Amino acid sequence: MKQLIEILENIKPGVDFKKEKHLIDDEIIDSFDIVTIVSQINEEFDIDFPVTEIMPENFNSAEALYKVITKIIND
Amino acid sequence: MYKTIFELLEKATKKHKDKIAFKDPSREITYQDFVKESKIIGTNLSKNNWFNKPIAIFLDKSINCLTSMIGVNYSGNFYTVIDNKMPTDRIKNIFDTLEPVCVITDLKNKNKLKDLTNNYKIILIDNLTNEIDQPKLDEIKNRIIDTDPMYILFTSGSTGIPKGTILNHRAVITYISWFIEAMGINEKTIFGSQTPFYFSMSVSDVFATMVTGATLNIIPKMLFSFPVKLIEFLNENKINTIYWVPSALCIIANFKALDVILPKYLKKILFAGEVMPMKQLNIWRKKLPNIMYANLFGPTETTDICSYYVVNKDFLDHETLPIGKHCDNCDLLIVKEDNTLANINEEGELLVRGSFLSSGYYKNPDKTKEVFIQNPINNSYPEIVYKTGDIVKINDQGEIIYLSRKDFQIKHMGYRIELGEIESAINALPNIDTCVCIYDTKNSKIVLFYKAKDIKKEEVLKQAKNKLPQYMWPNEIIKIDKIPYNSNGKIDRKKLKNNYEEEL
Repeated sequence: MKQLIEILENIKPGVDFKKEKHLIDDEIIDSFDIVTIVSQINEEFDIDFPVTEIMPENFNSAEALYKVITKIIND
Repeated sequence: MYKTIFELLEKATKKHKDKIAFKDPSREITYQDFVKESKIIGTNLSKNNWFNKPIAIFLDKSINCLTSMIGVNYSGNFYTVIDNKMPTDRIKNIFDTLEPVCVITDLKNKNKLKDLTNNYKIILIDNLTNEIDQPKLDEIKNRIIDTDPMYILFTSGSTGIPKGTILNHRAVITYISWFIEAMGINEKTIFGSQTPFYFSMSVSDVFATMVTGATLNIIPKMLFSFPVKLIEFLNENKINTIYWVPSALCIIANFKALDVILPKYLKKILFAGEVMPMKQLNIWRKKLPNIMYANLFGPTETTDICSYYVVNKDFLDHETLPIGKHCDNCDLLIVKEDNTLANINEEGELLVRGSFLSSGYYKNPDKTKEVFIQNPINNSYPEIVYKTGDIVKINDQGEIIYLSRKDFQIKHMGYRIELGEIESAINALPNIDTCVCIYDTKNSKIVLFYKAKDIKKEEVLKQAKNKLPQYMWPNEIIKIDKIPYNSNGKIDRKKLKNNYEEEL
């Protein structure tokens, strides 16, 4: 989780990723941020984020995103 | 006789009055109601008796924004759509040049203008009187001539002061006539609109809709982050035609969304605004082989497009798509530095002549004179052509090939180099997502930025050496996590260059 928060904070400084629950709904991150986030997660966690998991509900909070990453790793 | 787009809209409305013209995330509107709402806005504005005055529109990308645009034209004035996400300073810059007589906005967006509102009259679209003064609108229509401005589009100028390109009614009507014919747009067309209304590309799908009785869906911007949802949206709305910037098409291709779901109604994919990388185009063509792909090319100063290429053969990943041939009723000249016409395979600057042309830049006679010039190969009568600043050539097949911006073309170690050529070679490498080349003039270095998952700098250089002549090898290679994009969705080269220079 710490690793993920670091990635997010690097891409979008000044956002409280531990608390924020509406990253997408409140337009805090945009489409190009998502591209960057996914490619960095792929690299740092050495996974291949499937496009079917690139869904708004998975990006609304760091927590939700972490859950998906764990799921992908376990699969 | 049709002088304005709104007359052509009324003509289409006669035939399609109950058909849906536009859909946005919050509502949809029939042709009949669209005309009615536009006329209400026109009537409200007409009470001020302004004529040929600038009116700014500050709204979300919505149906209200479209009715405001046409409403302004009904009132005999011209509009500028302002990006409502833009920093206040830049809005102020535009307003300093434009000096709008009023700003149309709504309750939701009004606050973002609060630092500027003291100086400008604000008209809230939520508070308009629900009336149409037809005799007054008829009177205004009689007064309009087709060379009156219809709208102004602001683009960033090299000096940082925005340039306002003036488009008149005639340019837009002439241009749209070409677009609907060449692209086969008709009442069965269902557009999915990606580009913002303050960007010239939106002129094509928006006005092509209005004059043909087609339907246009405004795609919520957020969907461009979620490729599968985006394709689901295309399918739910039976979208058959899209005209997007290549970056938006690349997001779908790079995330391999087409392996999971296909846009099943799509018949036409048109793109413009930047170079379409061949690797991603080939991914699309492999998945959707039997549909039309067209590469459109042109600057805001020719309304939107001046040349186009319908993809009709296979290309390898390292090849470049031609920009094809001139649009009908629009002539292109390729002129060498000595002001003579270039022969086949000779490069020169692209000049455009014809009715698609802008009338010039708003309150900027110097810049206007620089690029709207007397046709250099016609010394018999006055004729204005537009210098695009683009370097092109004609190949053996008679197709125009885009080489670079005049200001992208660099002299490096005595060689004339197109940075775009280096980019397309590197983009074709497997594993490269995107790359951008800039030239560090001060230190005479070609700097290549690239974004990729698993490929090291040394490997990029090694592969570049196999593909490019030595004088084109990048002198510095930088791996970056994030490619910056500007508000239109195009790669922000200026920002990359500035960041690079600052870090030196």
